[in-house]
Amino acid sequence: MKKTTCKSSSMKELPEDLPPGCRGPVTVTAVAGRFSCCMEASAADIPPICNWLTTRQGYRFASIVIEEMPAEWLAHYIFYSDNGQGPVSISARVDKADNALPSISHLIHAADWHEREMEDLFGLVFEGHPRLGEFVLHEEWPEGTNPMKKDFDATVPYIDQGPSSSCSWHPPALVSESGAFMMPIGPVFSGFAESAHFLLETVGEDIIRMIPRFFYKYRGVEKTAEGLPADRALLLAERFSGTSAFAHSLAFCHAVEEIWGTRAPRRAVALRVMLAELERFRHHVAAIEGICSSTGLVVAASQVGILEEDILRLSCKFAGHRYLFGLNVPGGLQRDFSDSECLELAGAVKEIFVKLQDLEKRLRFSSSFLDRLEEVGTVSTEDAVDYGLVGPVARASGVSGDLRTCLPYGDYGSFEFSVPVEKEGDGYARLRILFQEAEQSNNIISQAVSSLPGGGVLQPLSPGARPAGAALGWAETPLGATFHWVRLEEDGRVARYRLTTPSFTNWHGFHLSVEGFAFQDFPIILATFGLSNAECDR
Amino acid sequence: MSGWVLKGLKTGIRTTLYPKVEEPAPGVSPGRPEGGGIAGNKKPAAVACPVAAITVHNKRVSVDYDKCIHCARCLPPAGAIFDKPAAGYEWAYKVPRDGVAAGGAGVAKTCSHSLHIKVVDGGACNACLSEVSQLTKPCYDMHRLGFFITPTPRDADLLLVVGPVTEHMKLPLKKAFEAMPEPKAVMAVGTCALSGGIFGPGFAAGGGVREFLPVDIAVPGCPPPPLAIIHGLLMAVGRKESVPSSTSPGPGSGREAK
Ligand code: SF4
Ligand code: SF4
Repeated sequence: MKKTTCKSSSMKELPEDLPPGCRGPVTVTAVAGRFSCCMEASAADIPPICNWLTTRQGYRFASIVIEEMPAEWLAHYIFYSDNGQGPVSISARVDKADNALPSISHLIHAADWHEREMEDLFGLVFEGHPRLGEFVLHEEWPEGTNPMKKDFDATVPYIDQGPSSSCSWHPPALVSESGAFMMPIGPVFSGFAESAHFLLETVGEDIIRMIPRFFYKYRGVEKTAEGLPADRALLLAERFSGTSAFAHSLAFCHAVEEIWGTRAPRRAVALRVMLAELERFRHHVAAIEGICSSTGLVVAASQVGILEEDILRLSCKFAGHRYLFGLNVPGGLQRDFSDSECLELAGAVKEIFVKLQDLEKRLRFSSSFLDRLEEVGTVSTEDAVDYGLVGPVARASGVSGDLRTCLPYGDYGSFEFSVPVEKEGDGYARLRILFQEAEQSNNIISQAVSSLPGGGVLQPLSPGARPAGAALGWAETPLGATFHWVRLEEDGRVARYRLTTPSFTNWHGFHLSVEGFAFQDFPIILATFGLSNAECDR
Repeated sequence: MSGWVLKGLKTGIRTTLYPKVEEPAPGVSPGRPEGGGIAGNKKPAAVACPVAAITVHNKRVSVDYDKCIHCARCLPPAGAIFDKPAAGYEWAYKVPRDGVAAGGAGVAKTCSHSLHIKVVDGGACNACLSEVSQLTKPCYDMHRLGFFITPTPRDADLLLVVGPVTEHMKLPLKKAFEAMPEPKAVMAVGTCALSGGIFGPGFAAGGGVREFLPVDIAVPGCPPPPLAIIHGLLMAVGRKESVPSSTSPGPGSGREAK
């Protein structure tokens, strides 16, 4: 293990000056990729180091990655901050015979669901976590099924092993007042909502407690990717959450490009920014449509719906796909666009944006609409920090954390744009963030097309040497920060693919926004969060 | 409030005229690769479809739309099997069952002018669901055709399923189907729902709706654009016919152009 110094000045002295409660030794390992610091510590030291990073050094929790080695588990805890230094990773090894890591959830609540997921999928115990057990895999999976383990055969349809005949999910009720009852919603909804299950505990009007159950859409994407060549796994990255396809394929490409030591040409980088913002623009318009229709404001919903279809057609006309599939590849873009096409696109986006602005103005004076959003579904800044919320939802509660500025990628650094932040944390604040971000996307697109670099859009990969390795790729998707951690073998096949998505992160905190609010607000709060189950469940 | 009504009136009608006339607007469909003879020196070895949707037989290329995920790798500049995607969106077809393409005949008869649809998400990536949701928005407004979304399967004539059908959605899907009164039909929308798409079959994602339910109408595409879904609905109620069987894409058979 080579000893190097951390790029981050604040963490330079770490090996000598251990965080409180840490017994050592902590080794600073070779910095890989765009990490600012990689450390290795004993499992017992993980909680104090993580705690020190978040409480003293201003880092935010990003993800936990578990890798299975022949005799041991290798765990990576990843953090990031807006200090401009790149993410930090702390690794620990545990013997397979021990099969346990200390939980960090009591210190970093954002890690709660990560630990539950790992316990369920790897059979790894997180000591001290109070709620391990069924999480991703529902009751029909036999006890002890751990699909992420290397010896699990993922090609056999599990379905053959007998369907369960009953839905036996009955979490205990906590509200014991007379007249208390539990109201189930889902997993099949009345309209087009994605499959998910919510139990609302109540004694009348107000929701006292909400218990969600997700992973109805669990397709085992992380497992399915294992053993696939990178360019095939890319198709999974692109399609597991189709409404953020471009951003997710971008994050995946970032990771693969890092491992292979290749760089997308400057023109591709600029075009990627433009396409990513086009996707964000479309996504936010669709989310605004969802909010309007959840409040029953039909004409507004129709008007925004027209704009959504306009953007879909525009994307298709421009890029050949309504949801921007089939564009990103490691090393750049699959196809180029002429400068005049790009200018035309920017002009059309602008036109749509002007129409959107007009609708925003009208919405601001629709008092019956605002009444349904204001002071409804509130998430406090403290809670948003505790749960590590990301994206527009976090920004509506005063937490910025936009990866485009925290961990700049592409050439976002060279564009002028702002990251809007609101304080109130209610439904209306979330709506305002959507409008403001749509405006910023429009700004970025027009800047990007006005200064497109020349040259090609695809860096051909050298045919022979493709180094094995691991890297973290990230992107700010329309819903917030996503981290794609990829390990590739020498033959370019995926050994491990870990997907951390904004919907997974934010669903964790969703209950905060509905508890204490009335039943009839539930669909509206749901719409203002606008999360995706496909993205969460993977 | 009156402002909204005026705004609505001022916008005019944006709804497509399909199926009376073809929709000419660019961008309503991404098109798709369409098979045919191999041009000149293009070698079958160049067929590098990631999901093996392209087969070459007797110097003719055919595409299995149950598998094609619209990755564009067979189209320029990435690949050179096809020159450009073939335009159009009338992609739906009746699923031949026991050799006869007559599934859902009861629904076609009784629901020809009013069809109630129950949508079930069997683990779709959201793009398919998003396209389905466009159907009720102004540009497609399927209500004008007598198609309605119903909240409960008990009122539904047609079950519209998207996604590969995950292990966890198997039971809810089955229950929804069983709760529907006769006559009933099933429409599978999207490549995932037809074959498992990019996800399945695997340990958690199924290999499409056909594994669990009798499918009457299939709408290929990743995702199929709204007009393709409308085409499928019209077919379900007998207002559009399946493409003639000589070019009909059956499961695994592929479709060849003249
Ligand atoms: S577009 Fe369809 S047929 Fe062409 S390579 Fe991709 S999946 Fe295969
Ligand atoms: S068919 Fe394509 S768009 Fe539809 S759910 Fe599957 S991956 Fe998504």
